[in-house]
Amino acid sequence: MANSTVGVIFSNIHDHNIPELSRHRTMASIPYGGRYRLIDFALSNMVNAGITTVGIVTKNNYQSLIDHLGSGKDWDLARKDGGIILLPPFSDETDAPYNNRLEALKGITGFLTHRKEDYVLISDCDGVAHMDIGDIVRYHVEKHADITMVYHEEPDVDSSYYMTFAPDETGRIRGLKINGNVTEGKYNCYINVMVINREFLLDIIQDAVARGLTSFGRDILVKSVDTLKLYAYRFDGYYAGINSLQKYYKHSMELLDRKVRAELFGARDIYTKIRDSAPSKYNDDAVVKNSLVSDGCIIEGTVENCILFRGVKVGKGSVIRNSIIMQDTVIETGVTLDCVITDKNVVIRDRRHLAGCAELPYFIAKGRML
Amino acid sequence: MQRKKECVAMLLAGGQGSRLYALTNNIAKPAVAFGAKYRIIDFPLSNCINSGIDTVGVLTQYMPLELNEYIGNGQPWDLDRSFGGVHILSPYQAKSRSSWFEGTANAIYQNMNFMKKYNPDYVLILSGDHIYKMDYSDMLRRHIETKADCTIAAIEVPLKEASRFGILNTNPDGSIYQFEEKPKQPKSTLASMGIYIFTAEKLFKYLEEDDADPNSSKDFGKNVLPAMLNAGERMFSYKFSGYWKDVGTIASLWESNMDLLGEEPAFDVGDADWKIHSRNPLAPPEYIGDSACVTNSMIALGCEIEGTVKNSVLASNVVVEEGATVIDSVIMAGTVVKKGAVVSCAIIDEDCVIEENARVGGEKTDDISIAVLGKKVTIGAGATVEAGKILDKDYKGE
Repeated sequence: MANSTVGVIFSNIHDHNIPELSRHRTMASIPYGGRYRLIDFALSNMVNAGITTVGIVTKNNYQSLIDHLGSGKDWDLARKDGGIILLPPFSDETDAPYNNRLEALKGITGFLTHRKEDYVLISDCDGVAHMDIGDIVRYHVEKHADITMVYHEEPDVDSSYYMTFAPDETGRIRGLKINGNVTEGKYNCYINVMVINREFLLDIIQDAVARGLTSFGRDILVKSVDTLKLYAYRFDGYYAGINSLQKYYKHSMELLDRKVRAELFGARDIYTKIRDSAPSKYNDDAVVKNSLVSDGCIIEGTVENCILFRGVKVGKGSVIRNSIIMQDTVIETGVTLDCVITDKNVVIRDRRHLAGCAELPYFIAKGRML
Repeated sequence: MQRKKECVAMLLAGGQGSRLYALTNNIAKPAVAFGAKYRIIDFPLSNCINSGIDTVGVLTQYMPLELNEYIGNGQPWDLDRSFGGVHILSPYQAKSRSSWFEGTANAIYQNMNFMKKYNPDYVLILSGDHIYKMDYSDMLRRHIETKADCTIAAIEVPLKEASRFGILNTNPDGSIYQFEEKPKQPKSTLASMGIYIFTAEKLFKYLEEDDADPNSSKDFGKNVLPAMLNAGERMFSYKFSGYWKDVGTIASLWESNMDLLGEEPAFDVGDADWKIHSRNPLAPPEYIGDSACVTNSMIALGCEIEGTVKNSVLASNVVVEEGATVIDSVIMAGTVVKKGAVVSCAIIDEDCVIEENARVGGEKTDDISIAVLGKKVTIGAGATVEAGKILDKDYKGE
């Protein structure tokens, strides 16, 4: 089944959700979980399902993504046939790069036309989950669906971010709405992972271009909900939807829960770029509690309820709590941090005290020195 | 145009490493784990690529499967090349004769065709059981400058240990006038590190002569080097002053791991200018729990620590449960230390299980004796493995 599926990942489409972290990079390359980027979860799900060709749709600021992916070898996707295929913005002479998903899809029709797989698995990079993609494709085939959309139950406060629907007893999607809910309750939210027949997708794109449609959701999915065979696949596992800095912080901290880690990392491998960092060192004065620590760290201070990315240094007498400290950040001596997110390569000089709160973590941009 | 490589490295990785006992039951010594995420062979391989040498023959013989798999196509060291790169060289069946590698010189001799394919000017001979960072390109520069036929890397050792090594007696200009293999009364403390650069044509000549000599034991230190010296070839020492450790014994392997610890470690693997490359485990960041206490230690990815870890080196995916203690020890990947268990002054190989309240190893003393558990050994609940004991089978206690 997997051999008949080609992956497509949209790396940019939710960039505006977390402007803090995506100012210099794509959504796909936002660091997550100590040593990963968001795209690693989507890519690993595909690789673990045996998918060997993944097209990555990019728009802008994708230098960090190219750097991260390299040849694709760290995901076993450096292949003669297929592998990782970067799909940079494509535009006719008159057009600017794409503005929406439909235009983006139009830009990759060449890629889609030349593939031989029957199905396309389309995924965005705004979610962290361990998903059995083989099972989703099987479901799609069994239902003879045109499109299968994966959903997860989310509380009302989040559901306005998503498309929501109410599948009938056969799994057929009914009542598809976009950003609609204000009343309390739980909603079936489309989490931006779908399976679609490749030929059918090409037809839709051609038709949409001919008719000047602009929105894949509004103009195609919502309008054709009763004529197309749209099916819903329920995902019940752990799902972290990353649609704001607050959500990024909240879900990151959930990784300190053993059960969440077991589900995300336990049953399979999550692939990521190899950096050949040395193992982390804990010195005599180190006090580390309830924290995730990546390789290359040197810890001489106190670290509680934190996620430390690769190559972080925590100096003597510094106390870091409830914080996410990204790659190569240097925290000198006598610093206290509470509810802080530092982007990469931040330097916090001696005896600085910084604090945010869980609802509004204090964010320090890439490369800043305080 | 005939393509060539200026320098080809030949890495002797066939040794059994019998003095590592249970740790080398099923793997060659160069494949033994070191420093939480490395294997011994990562050091010479990383030194090669960092020195600009991209053609390496790895000579294997004893238990090569895991080593072969680990090296693979050489990609982790950037040694997957279309011309050059890393190649596993195992004993083979030839038309006229077929034999195992007998001695270090014979191993190189049997792979003459591999070296000649690259038409090298120089050949670097390395061994796969040393922990060190060394710029071979500087040694090669010296070799060329002195117009030497053979250059031997050498390090000062304490006088009382000198009789364990091949000792070089040199003139003030570094030229060697005498070579003594493991002398009882050493005249100097300059020890050979087992790292040689030969001018290729000289090496080939002397290897052929050595092979023709029925009385030779086909060893570099015992036969080839003395033969060259007797024939009046230009032989120079290259003095090395950095960290270098032969990890051929349990005690030295343990010490070398301990040398990674501390604020100013004797040996720093985190040097960004001389990265040690390795095949990386796929594992999430390590988790240090609420009840954990981790000090003066090195911890690799994927560990789950709820107990106490002190002065220790833990490889990937090691679990130390609440109330368990690991102190002054080296623990390899995937081992589980359960509640209330104590591991002290020990080297524990991969995938062992130390059941609840078991005890492995003794107190740290001046005359330290390291306990060793081989791969996949289970120590039963409450059982005691005494200091210095070496086990390669499950043990339930008395």
